[in-house]
Amino acid sequence: MFEWIEHLADWIVYDLLQLHSGAHLSEALHFFIYDSIKIMMLLFIVVFLMGIINSYFPIERVRNYLMNHKLYGLEYLVASLFGVVTPFCSCSSVPLFIGFVRGGIPLGVTFSFLITSPLVNEVAIGLFIGLFGLKVTSIYVLSGVLLGTIAGMILHSLQLENLLTTWVKDMLNNTEQQNSSVASEIIPLSQRLPVIWSEAMNILKGVLPYVLIGIAIGGLMHGYIPEGFFEQYMGKDNPLAVPISTILAVPMYSNASGVLPIVQVLVSKGIPLGTAIAFMMGVVGLSLPEGMLLKKVMSLKLIAIYFGVVTCCIIISGYVFNIIF
Amino acid sequence: MKHIKILGTGCPKCKTTIAVVQEVVAENKIEADIEKVEDIMDIMKYNVMSTPAIVVDEKVLFKGRVPSKSDILDILQVG
Repeated sequence: MFEWIEHLADWIVYDLLQLHSGAHLSEALHFFIYDSIKIMMLLFIVVFLMGIINSYFPIERVRNYLMNHKLYGLEYLVASLFGVVTPFCSCSSVPLFIGFVRGGIPLGVTFSFLITSPLVNEVAIGLFIGLFGLKVTSIYVLSGVLLGTIAGMILHSLQLENLLTTWVKDMLNNTEQQNSSVASEIIPLSQRLPVIWSEAMNILKGVLPYVLIGIAIGGLMHGYIPEGFFEQYMGKDNPLAVPISTILAVPMYSNASGVLPIVQVLVSKGIPLGTAIAFMMGVVGLSLPEGMLLKKVMSLKLIAIYFGVVTCCIIISGYVFNIIF
Repeated sequence: MKHIKILGTGCPKCKTTIAVVQEVVAENKIEADIEKVEDIMDIMKYNVMSTPAIVVDEKVLFKGRVPSKSDILDILQVG
């Protein structure tokens, strides 16, 4: 499927630019061209397909579903899965949080949704397929969903409702039972496609610079860092590698697009996959700006507990990844 | 005279939305005032769960993504 890109990159680097194969510069450039084209292509396919799925699950419908169905413990998993198909924007997280709480959805279930949504989204999945292949991608998606589910259950069992800010607590006491209307139900898919298409293009345009910069940095590292360079510092023998890289990653704020191409090169240079993925989850899943936004609805203590629980879950899944691979 | 409010906590998408609305209003000489609502408590009065959202004369007519120019023309004619 990707051979033509390989040929194209060969042609540009060795024929058009007349660079010698084997040199650092030409290797790095070849890597950059090949990866950019392949990844943007896969990204578009995944973003577009996820857009179609998402158009069947507008957020209001997700909320109504969670409000009206007794799921006997499965609600965490369901919320987490909804988190996958809902595109995430950190600025929507607070309105979404309040909307869920106001609808009487338990706090833990809301957390399950909030945790999975940034962790497993269409951009991350598209990049993951391009960089690591389908097998690693499915394991990542699966562990992201499980992580959201389990962290939501833990947060629920801690009974944190008291730590919400006062105006949110007031809302908890008089939750509304009426469903918000879902307008998009009547529109047939054929009419939604143009909107989905232009949304996909918008998302791609938004992430394109990050992806290209990420791949460019990755390309440089790929050409200049020797194989196995990181193994001595961050290899599997170092038990602290996973927690350290996770904790370093939490304050960092970036969407998956810039981080992933770099992570892929780190893995090819000897950092274990689990350690790299823990780092990646820390960057996309939790961030200080998100914490600041959540201050409107949660006390600092609650934010700290939320971040703490999710960080622990990420560290554990990092170890699990390292054991599997 | 229409009252347009743009709900959003100040993310890039919300800023783009404001720009698009301003452009459409100017290009079509629509009589309207445009207000941005950034306070989360005010935003939640409109019961939206995804931002940016556009409110015309106190009715939420659009939400969840950056609108195109024709989206805005549609909602301004209906509202």
